[in-house]
Amino acid sequence: MSYFRAEKLSLHFGGLKAVDAVSFVVEKGEILSIIGPNGAGKSTIFNLISRINRPTSGKIFFEDQEITKQPPYDIARLGIARTFQNIELFENATVLSNLLVGRHRHCTSQLWQELLFLPSVRASEKAHRRRVEQVIEFLDLEPYRDKLISGLPYGVRKVIELARALCSEPRLILLDEPSSGLSVEETDDMSFWIRDMKTEFGITVLMVEHDMSLVNRISDRVIALSAGRVLAMGTPAEVQQHPDVVAAYLGA
Amino acid sequence: MRFLFKTDYEDDIRLFPHSGYVISYGVLFALLLIAPYALSSYLMSQLVFVCIYATVGVGLLILTGFTGQASLGHAAFLAVGAYTAAYLQQFNVPFPLYFLAAGLLTGLIGALVGFPALRLQGIYLVIATISFAFIVEEILARWESVTHGNEGMRVKMLYLFGSAVPRDSPAFYFLCLAVLVLTIVGALNLLRSPTGRAFVAIRDSETAARSMGINVSLYKVKSFAISAAITGFAGCLFAHKLSFISPEMFTLQLSIEFIIVILIGGTLSLHGAVLGAIFIVMIDPFLTYLKDDMPGVIAAISTTFGISKERAAHIQDNIAAFASLNGLKGAIYGVIIIVFVLFEPLGLYGRWLKIKLFFQLFPLYKRATFKRQKIYVKSERNR
Repeated sequence: MSYFRAEKLSLHFGGLKAVDAVSFVVEKGEILSIIGPNGAGKSTIFNLISRINRPTSGKIFFEDQEITKQPPYDIARLGIARTFQNIELFENATVLSNLLVGRHRHCTSQLWQELLFLPSVRASEKAHRRRVEQVIEFLDLEPYRDKLISGLPYGVRKVIELARALCSEPRLILLDEPSSGLSVEETDDMSFWIRDMKTEFGITVLMVEHDMSLVNRISDRVIALSAGRVLAMGTPAEVQQHPDVVAAYLGA
Repeated sequence: MRFLFKTDYEDDIRLFPHSGYVISYGVLFALLLIAPYALSSYLMSQLVFVCIYATVGVGLLILTGFTGQASLGHAAFLAVGAYTAAYLQQFNVPFPLYFLAAGLLTGLIGALVGFPALRLQGIYLVIATISFAFIVEEILARWESVTHGNEGMRVKMLYLFGSAVPRDSPAFYFLCLAVLVLTIVGALNLLRSPTGRAFVAIRDSETAARSMGINVSLYKVKSFAISAAITGFAGCLFAHKLSFISPEMFTLQLSIEFIIVILIGGTLSLHGAVLGAIFIVMIDPFLTYLKDDMPGVIAAISTTFGISKERAAHIQDNIAAFASLNGLKGAIYGVIIIVFVLFEPLGLYGRWLKIKLFFQLFPLYKRATFKRQKIYVKSERNR
């Protein structure tokens, strides 16, 4: 059995087939990139996996469990974290509390315990903080801990969103255009971090990306989408030479 | 200026970040303890109302300020708390029991209101909570076997542990103060634990909160329930303070007053609830002054500037007539809201932060410090 599997996944808005019978598998521990022109349905696939949209038909399996019917908040509890294309951070909170929200799926305290802030709550808060600090160190976010998100530049926000996803200790992470809007240096940092996530933490990565040099550098396999359908699948070099992919990009 | 060197995770958890806070809150607490023996009975009575309003303010802040769900129905929650207390009192239920019952029942009703509110956002939620408030008002007026309808209900003297606590005694003030302090401590505890962070997450981005594993519906209902329960506790005290309750006391105007409490106090922090409560309660003595003393004072001033007696008396009458106009209070509230939204969106607490920073940085304070510039604008947002 494969680690993560999408079977004939479709999402139709009336007559528009945003995603049309897309099937693919993600093997444990690989970096799989989804590429394709604008409107190909890349982000929509992410929204289907994290249950922001309900698929019209098709099934999704993660670790041999069907997750198509799970409520959205359960997806994170199963160990799937994601980032967003247009950063969705908690604007009026500090970086630290943003990252601590990432720990939410590991929080077990009851309301009455929290009202009294019992020693058990205090202890678990410190344990969560310890994990958050590991992520902060991994992504070099030390200078920003107490800053409000609303005052931070775009590049830093992008990293904080990645950090928040990592704080939840996911087994599968969905990165929606991790390098969009980043400078060349920041993109380099990002590519190292994504590779380290795979090799050091053993996290499986599924990402949507436009920057082909980044895709070539770090992905194990690539899926090319166009108009909601899979055009090609394989290693980065194979996919880029595939005649359908060339046609989709160049319009030939 | 003090620099905090954090050496322990505890530094980010504790309620008083450094000794300065302990000293200043200690002094404040001591002042509040000696207040009943230093202030006039009228001011003491106002101070009790400050405690009750601030308690409601804390409840409303949890819902509106931290979870981002607006509510214009808090007068109704207050009414439920007040009527529960008054109703149970008839059966000689002891105070601690009906006090708890008032909070729990209101919390339950708050949760029930929370369910339909799950699908509503922004202005629609406001409308839904207003209609809830109207429904409650109507039920209070019609369900005569329980609420005595428009005749209202008399609330008997409060007995705590066998001794009477009259509504204008220092003991009653201490009771209200204790409820306020406990509410604030509970709310602070909540806000520094996972639930509080989930509330803030829902306020800022529901989509992100959901994808981080937060059950948004559950936490919204929780927020409604907690906020309503706090208001219910306050309602019980409110009933005792007034000693008589009737449906027309819990109108939309009262809900708006509660919104003003947090709007003027500031939604950034719980300080806002207390500052706003002081403001809204102390506006009454100010209006009384405007009505009683102001005309005379202005007349006296105008005579010293050589205006004839008859003319001064005419001015006095005019001002007195203006100050006792019917809708003046509402108009003043409206003006205050507009002024605060335009010039001080962070409220009184925001102003206090600025003043504090001014003195800490003196003479280096820059006026732009609090002007947050939008670094980029979101193009598209999932709700």
